[in-house]
Amino acid sequence: MKVTLEQTAYIAELARLSFDDDELRRRQDDLNRILEYVEKLDELQPDDVEPLSHPVENTGRPRADVVASSLPIEDTLRNAPDADDRHFKTPKAISV
Amino acid sequence: MTPYRDYSEKRRLLASGELSLVENVEAFLARIEERRSLNAFTSVFADEAIEEAKRVEKKIADGSAGKLAGMVVAVKDVLAERSRPNTCCSKTLEDFVAVYDATPVKRLREEDAILIGRTNCDEFSMGGSNENSAFGPARNPIDETRVPGGSSGGSAVAVAANLCDVALGADTGGSIRQPAAYCGVYGLKPTYSRVSRYGLVAFASSFDSVGPMAKNVEDVALALGVIAGYDENDATSADVPVPDYVEAISQDAKGLKIGLPKEYFAEGLNAEVRAAIEGAAKALEELGVEIVEVSAPHTDYAIATYYLLTTAEASSNLARYDGMRYGRRAKGERSLAETYRASRTEGFGEEVKRRIMLGTFALSAGYYDAYYGKAQKARRLVREDFKRAFKKVDLLVAPSAPTTAFPLGEKIDDPLEMYLQDVYTTPASLAGCPGVNVPVGADAAGLPIGLQVIGDHFDEAGVLRLAKLIGERVGGARSSAE
Repeated sequence: MKVTLEQTAYIAELARLSFDDDELRRRQDDLNRILEYVEKLDELQPDDVEPLSHPVENTGRPRADVVASSLPIEDTLRNAPDADDRHFKTPKAISV
Repeated sequence: MTPYRDYSEKRRLLASGELSLVENVEAFLARIEERRSLNAFTSVFADEAIEEAKRVEKKIADGSAGKLAGMVVAVKDVLAERSRPNTCCSKTLEDFVAVYDATPVKRLREEDAILIGRTNCDEFSMGGSNENSAFGPARNPIDETRVPGGSSGGSAVAVAANLCDVALGADTGGSIRQPAAYCGVYGLKPTYSRVSRYGLVAFASSFDSVGPMAKNVEDVALALGVIAGYDENDATSADVPVPDYVEAISQDAKGLKIGLPKEYFAEGLNAEVRAAIEGAAKALEELGVEIVEVSAPHTDYAIATYYLLTTAEASSNLARYDGMRYGRRAKGERSLAETYRASRTEGFGEEVKRRIMLGTFALSAGYYDAYYGKAQKARRLVREDFKRAFKKVDLLVAPSAPTTAFPLGEKIDDPLEMYLQDVYTTPASLAGCPGVNVPVGADAAGLPIGLQVIGDHFDEAGVLRLAKLIGERVGGARSSAE
């Protein structure tokens, strides 16, 4: 399949990325070139194959669900672009 | 320049007083300075490293030193080290300082390794040449006009150019093995889940594996033994016993049965690389190792499968960089949604955006089954190739990369061509199998050639044992960066 310019713009919107018109066309070409390559998977007919999401299965060990302390609040806020002593500060999330 | 072959010899020299650890660290620091043009490090901690050396020297003297006391280690800039920059070579994280130690880093510290600096890599580990770095490319120490490979390029350079004893890398689709091949060092991607991912900045969570790189197999085995093992901070880390890898590699490898997967020797493999790998196989045969041809019929689908799955995982993992809690936030008055968009657009580089776009597409409504779902099925087929092969043979031998190191700039404008370089490393990544690069000589231009040993899940001991035999009897690490 080939993606259209409109579809490319929609994917950029989902990914929260902006591109100007030239760049968007380049992104469209990029996507189409890679999508053309991955079409080789159509040669496989894996209808009766179970999808695999983790390559090494059933080797973990669940731990007890016990509340424990994690990072101190000053560490948590250390890399914040904007914060007071207890909160992250962000642009307004709800507009009224 | 280092007056020892491997860490065990270094430790002996340190214990006997023939080698001063402070002087050894100073010599590494001087050499890092001397070889700045390689751009191997994103940050170096000279004063701290010297202080550590003094502290560790005392511990060696009083007998309380850990297993890696005085081993000088460089860490890829994607693994958290408390109070040090953790940039992932991205503008998004240029001011980010880690607030805890990644588990592999913590385990190295507990054994008294000295963490000397953080190494250059492709942004968020996305790339195979180290050219996608906000700090500029690292350069191959054997020929500075060529790439060192990637994404763990800086780690491979640091080892090859003698800027550290051991480096940690991270491998998602070849990011330890391929740069190790291009720089002529050993580099191990362990079994997926063998080493905790806690504190490793996520790229593709069902692939990412942390592993050691060094000039000899013994140091790889020693470092792996320290960083491997269950970690309750990573629910995917394996609760599987960690063997003594150093002891394991001292055992004879000659009784092993080795498979050469014929699909790895098909069209596209450079003739000199082919000759070196086939020559190594022949040399093994002469030593009495049984070699047979095997088939991994889905190898040709690995790159397509890999790029769909890892970009999908990456698009989801990198959604966290929204400029709110950490990372770059675009300046100026904007709505929340516009701030997300502007911050991400400013912060991410070209290749990262390319992969986020592909991954977002592969996961989007209407295309999920045809792309992501199909790739997950293909992933199982690739893993079954390995499972089948390991019923017949103990280990596989293959090239690590189709060519030797290519010139800087040669492939950067052709992403698909760059992706095709991962043809021999992505299959083991899809299957979660361990693989190690073993240097086996050089091409006519003097560039290192890498052989890959691949094993079944959790058979790092077998993989390293064969790597040692090949290194001793066939190839051996190059030191042409000297």
